[in-house]
Amino acid sequence: MAEVLVVVEASQAGVKKVTLELLTIARELGEPSAVVLGGPGAAAAMSDKLGEYGAQKIYAAESEEIDGHLVAPKATVLANLVTSVSPAAVLLASSQEGKEIAARLAVKLDNGILTDAVGLDADGTATQVVFAGQTIVKSKVTKGIPLVTIRPNSVTPTPAAASPAVENLTVELTDKDKLAQVVNRVAEQKGSRPELTEASIVVSGGRGVGSGDNFKLVEELADLMGAAVGASRAAVDSGFYPHQFQVGQTGKTVSPQLYVALGISGAIQHRAGMQTSKTIVAVNKDEEAPIFELTDFGVVGDLFKVVPQAVEEIRKRKG
Amino acid sequence: MKIVVLVKQVPDSGAERNLRSDDNTVDRGSANNVINEMDEYAIEEALSIQEKHGGEVVVLTMGPSGATESIRKALSMGPDSAVHVADDALHGSCAVATSKVLAAAIGQLDADLIICGAESTDGRVQVMPHMIAERLGIAALTGARKLTVDGSTLTIERQTEEGYEVVTASTPAVVSVWDTINEPRYPSFKGIMAAKKKPLETKSLADLGVDASEVGFDGATSTVVEHSKRPPRQAGNKVADSGDGGVQLVQYLSSEKFV
Ligand SMILES: Cc1cc2nc3c(=O)[nH]c(=O)nc-3n(C[C@H](O)[C@H](O)[C@H](O)COP(=O)(O)OP(=O)(O)OC[C@H]3O[C@@H](n4cnc5c(N)ncnc54)[C@H](O)[C@@H]3O)c2cc1C
Ligand SMILES: Nc1ncnc2c1ncn2[C@@H]1O[C@H](COP(=O)(O)O)[C@@H](O)[C@H]1O
Repeated sequence: MAEVLVVVEASQAGVKKVTLELLTIARELGEPSAVVLGGPGAAAAMSDKLGEYGAQKIYAAESEEIDGHLVAPKATVLANLVTSVSPAAVLLASSQEGKEIAARLAVKLDNGILTDAVGLDADGTATQVVFAGQTIVKSKVTKGIPLVTIRPNSVTPTPAAASPAVENLTVELTDKDKLAQVVNRVAEQKGSRPELTEASIVVSGGRGVGSGDNFKLVEELADLMGAAVGASRAAVDSGFYPHQFQVGQTGKTVSPQLYVALGISGAIQHRAGMQTSKTIVAVNKDEEAPIFELTDFGVVGDLFKVVPQAVEEIRKRKG
Repeated sequence: MKIVVLVKQVPDSGAERNLRSDDNTVDRGSANNVINEMDEYAIEEALSIQEKHGGEVVVLTMGPSGATESIRKALSMGPDSAVHVADDALHGSCAVATSKVLAAAIGQLDADLIICGAESTDGRVQVMPHMIAERLGIAALTGARKLTVDGSTLTIERQTEEGYEVVTASTPAVVSVWDTINEPRYPSFKGIMAAKKKPLETKSLADLGVDASEVGFDGATSTVVEHSKRPPRQAGNKVADSGDGGVQLVQYLSSEKFV
């Protein structure tokens, strides 16, 4: 069976869930090989997990230079690998980095590219949801191999044990790969909440939450449910919550099992980022709010009454 | 410093958007077409760099003839001139081909700095900055929430999942900006009047030395096989809170096994 390259994404906690989803999808197209592009020691820490989800082989390109620059070195290493192993497809996460690596790869190989797929058939046909979730598109790469970036939460990752051998790649870069140099990485306070795009539950607050302080209520509900916290643009623009948590057209696209919208009206640009959530619930005091067109369950009421009561009820049930 | 700002015209994201049923491309005919919102931040950033460091700001757009309207709007914010790449053969171009055309046009402009939006609201592909940089062999600093220029050294701050990164490169380079970077100015009446007289050069593929077979449907590296409207969600139960709304909400969540 043909080899399918899956570019691994990792966080401090290890392999990201989206990579396991990609390995799951890759098995439909061929034999998955995981490609680790990172600093020294990156692959060893992840090989067990990658094998658990079906990686037949692990290619490891490890160097300080990969870590110390924006994506250009990664694209160069990946392009060399594609040229030498002629895979059936290359899959990446539809994150900023995944899209950027894919962009450079597409130009280097003069290969078509499809981004933001929510599904991928065995024949390489990708499904995309566009225009704020209103249109479904099926598309194909017509030049080269399927080079596809896939949104987190598009499939449920399923294990398929394998014991992959690690093959080290030599990292040969040119000056052109080292133009954008990372001079500092600043960690910001980050709690134990799941990452927004990967979370299976997202609790978001909008302008109706009223203040940054009041967002504690949103966080309290989120933490009780093991959820990530999101925010509407109005909440972000009003300074209630940081921009990296914005959901929507100009923020993150999320597709969790459950999306909870608190004090959010449901403008089309907000919908663009959450419309494909499996279940949607909302609390809004305006019964005409457009968010209720999307909700599986809606409460028309004051979130400052409804949410504390819900929090208390969940605590009671948890005992 | 010569700054080229990439400006794309897109259908208004606040209204209904469609793909054409005949050739599966974005329906621009029936849409209300506007400047891609993120590109307004790119224009603002270019203008504020010009105010500090001097130089020239050129708007570059690839798009159908109707895009002129958005180009004039962009000019009314303050840039000095514009280049509009328009050619019938471009209809149906994929991202890979678009980057080829934009890179060729930038090559003729001899730019020190290319500023663009982080993504366009129609495609949301987020690929153009790196594709262009790859073709031109220059740096791409993407997703900037802050940009500083010090001689030929560019430094950006970009948001990451863990916090933020500080990244530097020397000019020439492509910088893509996020909407947290600034607050775009509104065109003044004077600006609107001045924009009508600013130089706007239209270039064809031949002017850029790009062959028509490399772009449009002929040169496309991907294709839309089919598209359909996503069925609207069915709104479910909606209850008015009469004192037990929170409990009802949890009952629902529990019935769906979320709590
Ligand atoms: C190009 C473009 C891109 C955009 N991108 C995004 C994006 O990425 N994400 C995004 O979210 N928006 C985006 N927007 C903005 C979008 O159009 C809306 O303005 C925004 O989503 C509104 O946020 P909101 O629902 O929090 O605020 P509002 O529309 O003001 O709604 C607040 C809601 O809270 C309710 N409320 C108030 N108090 C209470 C209370 N005590 N209890 C219960 N309910 C209460 C009100 O009834 C109201 O429905 C974009 C706009 C443009 C033009
Ligand atoms: N046809 C185009 N003409 C001019 N600029 C463009 C065009 N397409 C994309 N861009 C620029 O590239 C950025 C990113 O677009 P995209 O990669 O399509 O999401 C946009 O914000 C624009 O600044």
